[in-house]
Amino acid sequence: MNSLLIEGIGVQNWTYIIVGVTFALYIGIAIWSRASSTKEFYVASGGVSPIANGMATAADWMSAASFISMAGIISFAGYDGAVYLLGWTGGYVLLALLLAPYLRKFGKFTVPDFIGDRYYSKTARIVAVFCALIVSFTYVAGQMRGVGIVFSRFLEVEINTGVIIGMIIVLFYAVLGGMKGITYTQVAQYCVLIFAFMVPAIFISIQMTGNPIPQLGFGDKLADGSGTYLLDKLDGLSTDLGFAEYTKGSKSLTDVFAITLALMVGTAGLPHVIVRFFTVKRVRDARKSAGIALLLIVVLYSTAPAVAVFARTNMIETVSNQPYANVPDWFKKWETTGLIAFNDKNNDGIIQYVANKTNNELMIDRDIMVLANPEIARLPNWVIALVAAGGLAAALSTAAGLLLVISASVSHDLIKKIINPKISDKGELIAARLSAVGAVCVAGYFGINPPGFVAAVVALAFGLAAASFFPAIVLGIFYKRMNKQGAISGMITGILLMLFYMTKFKFNWFGGGTKEDWWFGISPEGFGSIAMLFNFMVSFVVMKFTKAPPKEVQEIVENIRIPSGVGEAINH
Amino acid sequence: MTNKEKATAYWKENIKYVTLLLIIWFLVSFGAGIIFKDALDKIKIGGFKLGFWFAQQGAMYVFVILIFVYLKLMNRLDKKYGYNE
Repeated sequence: MNSLLIEGIGVQNWTYIIVGVTFALYIGIAIWSRASSTKEFYVASGGVSPIANGMATAADWMSAASFISMAGIISFAGYDGAVYLLGWTGGYVLLALLLAPYLRKFGKFTVPDFIGDRYYSKTARIVAVFCALIVSFTYVAGQMRGVGIVFSRFLEVEINTGVIIGMIIVLFYAVLGGMKGITYTQVAQYCVLIFAFMVPAIFISIQMTGNPIPQLGFGDKLADGSGTYLLDKLDGLSTDLGFAEYTKGSKSLTDVFAITLALMVGTAGLPHVIVRFFTVKRVRDARKSAGIALLLIVVLYSTAPAVAVFARTNMIETVSNQPYANVPDWFKKWETTGLIAFNDKNNDGIIQYVANKTNNELMIDRDIMVLANPEIARLPNWVIALVAAGGLAAALSTAAGLLLVISASVSHDLIKKIINPKISDKGELIAARLSAVGAVCVAGYFGINPPGFVAAVVALAFGLAAASFFPAIVLGIFYKRMNKQGAISGMITGILLMLFYMTKFKFNWFGGGTKEDWWFGISPEGFGSIAMLFNFMVSFVVMKFTKAPPKEVQEIVENIRIPSGVGEAINH
Repeated sequence: MTNKEKATAYWKENIKYVTLLLIIWFLVSFGAGIIFKDALDKIKIGGFKLGFWFAQQGAMYVFVILIFVYLKLMNRLDKKYGYNE
């Protein structure tokens, strides 16, 4: 009786229930922890515990791309997918060892604050604000789109309605709660998203290999008693259909190297990640929360490649060489969204899924692999609904973190520091809230009218962060002699070079070009690492020919290298 | 030791730790997972080829360990120089 009742609820109602409960939770937390001063709004008064901050950082970091797209991308790219796994986790080592403790000691609110003060220059600050805004806006547009896709598939509303619902929720807790509200909401969102990611992964791992730990399961033997290892089977299936061996990949070594480096350094240079380390009490807490954040991120990131292998194997076995008339329900449902398309070229009624483009009859969008995975594996309805709630948690938490960076850039870095330094704390708080509202509207606009190049601009965001912020911050801490002329010309060179390369090869500006024309065989996704090297070189050369920074700046550097005497994040 | 000498000595030890940890960081990711991937793939542990495993699993685990080792080392160093609070 009871199980009948549960069966009868259906995927859609389950989704309403689970998504509804989680949203109520987020709003409740926002009301409980609303901000009343700029210090609370920007950095939660610098009083967040390292564990809560670690969880919030993890949720902030894991976006719709990590939750929805990454496992899907890996399942189509095989070994090459390692660039994301290595890049988006290895960056935290750089962050913990080279940036977080010192920026916390420095004790201001934003990344442009650091650049502006360390390089004693308004120009440096403006360049930094400009970079922070571009990086954050390109990122946030992608998040709102992710919210729209989840809503439209699982609640069967228009994508646009989904985007607007998402906007209202984010607006509510970001504007009301500021950093304080966002931090505690993100703690809840981490729990929701990790639970939603792990439950189906564990179910499917048991189904396929009998091993309940997905990280071990995908290196285990199949549960069908054949004695074959899952990865060997997938390598075989892939080559049979004409694809590269799953564990081999097809990108060149140089390109894999360059993309990994660009993503690592880009991660360490992203303002919405860096700013999280301003919220803890002491320098040692900043180190600790970087460790906890990475640990919590790796729970998902080490599961994703397992999910990729399970989903890929299941998908090939379910649809390859099967009669179209017999395909399961989920196939038909996703067909209506246009994210799966079958074109029976030889009219034999059978699905030929092969690498050869002229014979291939099946198109599958990479983004649906995680969302469709529980259905492909025939898991219960509540698990499918849970995945929807997890995707929303991932997208909303990241969007909120980014909106805060945008609003702080406008109200603090632009209005307070450049346009009107006399503004009162109360006035600045109002400005911060208004700019958050403005940012949500712009993000929503891009969510509803996505620029055709969302994927391209997200890669651009990493490349830009790598090419601009990372060298300026690292040199600012580790090299006392670095001066404003060096840092500013380095940042400008890095950004312009990166913009040039991306627009040339992604949008065909400046004469365009194809793969054969890539410099050093490096794709635009990996070019951030080259632009970063140029940034470093230009900084050094220009510095050699210009004056050393003033004595008080050198003293600032000496001071941030010593962990004691932090105090709270100070208003200045 | 004057304050200045103390700060310089502390900074030197810090740089030594960071350099050492970053070398390991590089070896497990860019080394084992990318440059020496093909050679390591000849070794198989269970169903995993070793190079593939480093690229998609092992390096990440080492990253987490590295940060916690750094945390331990630095907390000890802070204490040694009286910078702990």
